[in-house]
Amino acid sequence: MAERTLPAPPVNPESEAFYAAAAEGRFLLRRCTACGKAHWYPRALCPFCFGATEWAEATGRGVIYSFSVMRRADPPYAIAYVTLAEGPTMMTNLVDCDFDALRIGQAVVLVFKLSDGGPPVPCFRPAPPQ
Amino acid sequence: MSLRGQAYIAGAFEHPTRKAPDKTVAQLHAECALGALADAGLTKDDVDGYFCAGDAPGMGPLAMADYMNLRLRHLDSTELGGCSYIAHVAHAAAAIAAGQCDVALITLAGRPRSEGYSGANARPVVAAAPDAAWEAPFGPVTTNIYGMCAMRHMHEFGTTSEQLAWIKVAASHHAQHNPNAMLREVVTVAEVLASPMIADPLHRLDCCVVTDGGGALIVVRPEIARSLKRPRVQVRGTGETMKGQAGGDVDLTYSGGRRSGKAAFEEAGIAPADIKYASIYDSFTITVLMQIEDLGFCAHGQGGRFVADGNLISGIGRLPFNTDGGGLCNNHPANRGGITKVIEAVRQLRGEAHPAVQVRNCDLALAHGTGGFLGSRHGSATLILERE
Ligand SMILES: [Zn+2]
Repeated sequence: MAERTLPAPPVNPESEAFYAAAAEGRFLLRRCTACGKAHWYPRALCPFCFGATEWAEATGRGVIYSFSVMRRADPPYAIAYVTLAEGPTMMTNLVDCDFDALRIGQAVVLVFKLSDGGPPVPCFRPAPPQ
Repeated sequence: MSLRGQAYIAGAFEHPTRKAPDKTVAQLHAECALGALADAGLTKDDVDGYFCAGDAPGMGPLAMADYMNLRLRHLDSTELGGCSYIAHVAHAAAAIAAGQCDVALITLAGRPRSEGYSGANARPVVAAAPDAAWEAPFGPVTTNIYGMCAMRHMHEFGTTSEQLAWIKVAASHHAQHNPNAMLREVVTVAEVLASPMIADPLHRLDCCVVTDGGGALIVVRPEIARSLKRPRVQVRGTGETMKGQAGGDVDLTYSGGRRSGKAAFEEAGIAPADIKYASIYDSFTITVLMQIEDLGFCAHGQGGRFVADGNLISGIGRLPFNTDGGGLCNNHPANRGGITKVIEAVRQLRGEAHPAVQVRNCDLALAHGTGGFLGSRHGSATLILERE
């Protein structure tokens, strides 16, 4: 099955370090230097306390919080919210899988997919069996 | 300051068109304004406050106010998506109470049907929106964002597609009596489930219609309401809020209706059980189900059971809703259903709904909406109205 072309994200001063790391295969998220909490999507100021934030390496492990397969699109694609092991829930696409076998609560792992004329973007696929 | 009793809805008008390839959006706004003023028994020169949202062409309220050649002392273009106009009623009441205007005009209009809009297609990316860098690649469109809400609700509470379908069935029972409704055929649960899947688990018939058209409201100070010949519909309670992704603390099982609804009921000094008729935003069936829970008509997670078996059908169920056919069957002008929610509530309170769907002794009604995208960032506005 043909894979969907992922539109390139706008790269700006708050996202360029993330996408530069993504090009090296590293998955970053943003953590607060004041309250210590990780958040998503990444921001310069902590959305919980307005403290300063910094990049931190993330595991790329998570579980599916919810998803919806867009049947009307050609090819169909699966938008999802994935809850990361570090806590925050992020919007993403589920890829490299049988859409009909996806389940909420399923373990997933990060896989970067190249966007159309832009950087790799963080997608997820079912975690291999333990 | 409480807004209770500070203002009245004196005029309400829903444009009869559902397809207007031969009209401009500005013209539709003005035709709606004319209709609402005529309904109230007022004229254009009486208007001194104007409210509109993102569907109004031009910069904020300026282009439309100039097109209609209004002489204003108060303008407000609060943009909360489809529920903006419900919030505008509260803002108009506040402006009236503060002495900033006497007669407020609220308009909405648009032509998404003539312009080929589909809720399954990608939206233009606003590159400067702070979420764009993190979400644009993943194809969030209207249908799959709401689909994710429904998927999670089903997962946590066992809500079924059959239960969601009952919401469309109820709307279609009402729409059969509305000669202007886009879809007038009564549908069954089986027909909803047999319609094509758009974005799991939402079928085509779980989605609202795409229509051209619009509506307008006139909100006035109490002395003016008393001088007019129309039945008096008082603003009794108001609430507004927004809900987003909370920095990654995402919970798709409830909406901002919890907060805006609570505020409106507190201001009104009544409980959900007192409401005789409810207009509830129905961009999708799941939108209705979640908001019924969030407004307190049933407990969190019990919406599926509540909406089943015709419980939303006027004359049959406990909570008659969207007796015009709603966005699901009647009209969703400019892809924004907020103003038609207020208009049908006003019809019910005046006793001017279609006789087949008119709620008896309808003295307290609610109009509630969400705007934007239920599963990412949405506005929420609740209005409680009382017939005097
Ligand atoms: Zn913090």
